Amino acid sequence: MIAARGLSKRYGTKRVFEGLDLDVPAGGFVLVTGPNGSGKTTLLRLVAGLAAPTAGELEVAADRGRIGFLAHEPLVYRELSALQNLDLYGRLYHVPERRERIGMLLERFGLWESRREPVASFSRGMQQRLALCRALLHGPDLLLLDEPFNALDGAGAALLDGELAALAGRTFLVATHDPVRLRPLATATLALA
Amino acid sequence: MPLALAALVLLGVGLGLALLWIGELEGFAAGGIFFLHVPVALTAYALLVWGAWKALRLLWTRDERYDLESYTGIHVGLIFALLTLVTGSIWARAEWGVWWDWRDRQLVTFLILFLFYSAYFMLRYSIEPGAARARIPAVYALFGVVLIPVSFLAVRLADQFLHRTPLIRGGRPDIEGQVLAVFGVCFAGALSLAAAMYAIELAGKRLDARLQEAR
Amino acid sequence: MTYLRDAAALARKDLLLELRGKETVPAMVLFVVAVFVAFRFALPQEQEQAAGGLLWVAIVLTALLGLVRAFVPEREQRVLDALVLAPCDRSAIWLGKALSVLAFLLVAEAAALPLFAAFFEPVDAATVGAVLLADVGLCAVGALLAAMAVAGRAREVLLPLLFLPLAVPVVIGGVGATVTDDPARYLGFLALYDAIFAILAWATFEYVVTE
Repeated sequence: MIAARGLSKRYGTKRVFEGLDLDVPAGGFVLVTGPNGSGKTTLLRLVAGLAAPTAGELEVAADRGRIGFLAHEPLVYRELSALQNLDLYGRLYHVPERRERIGMLLERFGLWESRREPVASFSRGMQQRLALCRALLHGPDLLLLDEPFNALDGAGAALLDGELAALAGRTFLVATHDPVRLRPLATATLALA
Repeated sequence: MPLALAALVLLGVGLGLALLWIGELEGFAAGGIFFLHVPVALTAYALLVWGAWKALRLLWTRDERYDLESYTGIHVGLIFALLTLVTGSIWARAEWGVWWDWRDRQLVTFLILFLFYSAYFMLRYSIEPGAARARIPAVYALFGVVLIPVSFLAVRLADQFLHRTPLIRGGRPDIEGQVLAVFGVCFAGALSLAAAMYAIELAGKRLDARLQEAR
Repeated sequence: MTYLRDAAALARKDLLLELRGKETVPAMVLFVVAVFVAFRFALPQEQEQAAGGLLWVAIVLTALLGLVRAFVPEREQRVLDALVLAPCDRSAIWLGKALSVLAFLLVAEAAALPLFAAFFEPVDAATVGAVLLADVGLCAVGALLAAMAVAGRAREVLLPLLFLPLAVPVVIGGVGATVTDDPARYLGFLALYDAIFAILAWATFEYVVTE
């Protein structure tokens, strides 16, 4: 699914990483670990196509419509409601039976009651759950998750655990500074210096 | 640098010939500045088009090399645009006694372009170092090169409602063989000067970049 | 065509945001009226004809006001990343944004033009036509420039610097259509401006938002 050789990324004179090799087969679950600033987020952005490598090769066998991306920020419009946000993404991703799918996800992540309230009124944990809805809305084959358990309380984390189990068989690249939790699911780990 | 030398020689010879031919300094300012102003203006256009071409190559090929080439072309182009405005102003002063003549279409167009390309540098340096710092100004440079004919056309159209009296240039030498020759020399001089400045600045920037990387 | 539907979805999102926030359009309307009032005192008695030209300055500045806010929600919350990730054509982002700013500008002008006619002088068909054509060009160019400005620092200062030189030909076209007896050639020029810069913006937007 993902193949990288000698991947390097730098911003001006700042080198994020160099000479990275990576192989993620379809169905693989790869953890990316490392301290802050080691380039975990940058790697995910490169795979997603949000950034271009400075050097090296990167092949991702999924087009934009098949990739689900969870970033540090929830990537939703704070002034709009959860429903309006997901409706927008549903349209942009050409999700079939959009309304039903949105309803199902909101319910599964416990956001159905607050679906019409502006996201600005959500707690950080609820925003993270909405972000997960956004990432999963179009049923992606490749999931790029950046610190998915961030800001989630016990209930939210349990929901996510269940979701990850339900999505077994898809390909995952997950950046985390807490690999212990996800180790049972992982097929490989990449440690960035 | 041989190119710089050639530039200075050519310009010197060209301007000297113009002076000789016209005879007095005052006449030179009125008509002779033509030999400086127009070549400089044409060279400015050439540099900006060069910068836009390199910008296009950058966007097509993603080869970072073109970024510095585009940037340098536009930078030297901006300098020549400024020179165009200055020489144009001197010409207006000599001919009409005013420091600026809104009826001079060339001049007004250059003013618009000068503002546009000055913003190029503000745009570039407002972006953090990275791929965007090269790509976004490159797109802007493409807008600039399209703006050149559009603004010229617009300024021309504006003549209809701005000025009843079109600009007639007195003191411009009639087109004869001698004039053409002197003009040609001055034009070559301006181009060589531009090329020399371009080469020097580009080399300097490339060196800078390599030093930065080595650190 | 899905392309147009994607752009429509994005424009719809901006309209929803504006309906919730109600910040941009009221500001634009108030701004343009304030500019008219300032004009009244800036024009000495004999030069009342200059009002026709000043209308165009007011329009350009009001468009600028709308554009300064254009990509702010996307940049502040990094939502632009999510839009760029979506499978739609990136230029649909530009088109959606240009359409929504155009909508705001038209609403502001719907209030401004009658007021201008009341304060200064009547507004003829040629002027209205020029305003419509000019709006298209200003929004097409402005939406792309707004995306550029928002990629760096000092974005509120930068956008006017980027926008105004490109707006000068539009002012010329508009003023020409308003004050001369031969508006057709100016309207034609505005249409040409629109076509050239809209195509250029459409073709290059991708490079502004991706690496």
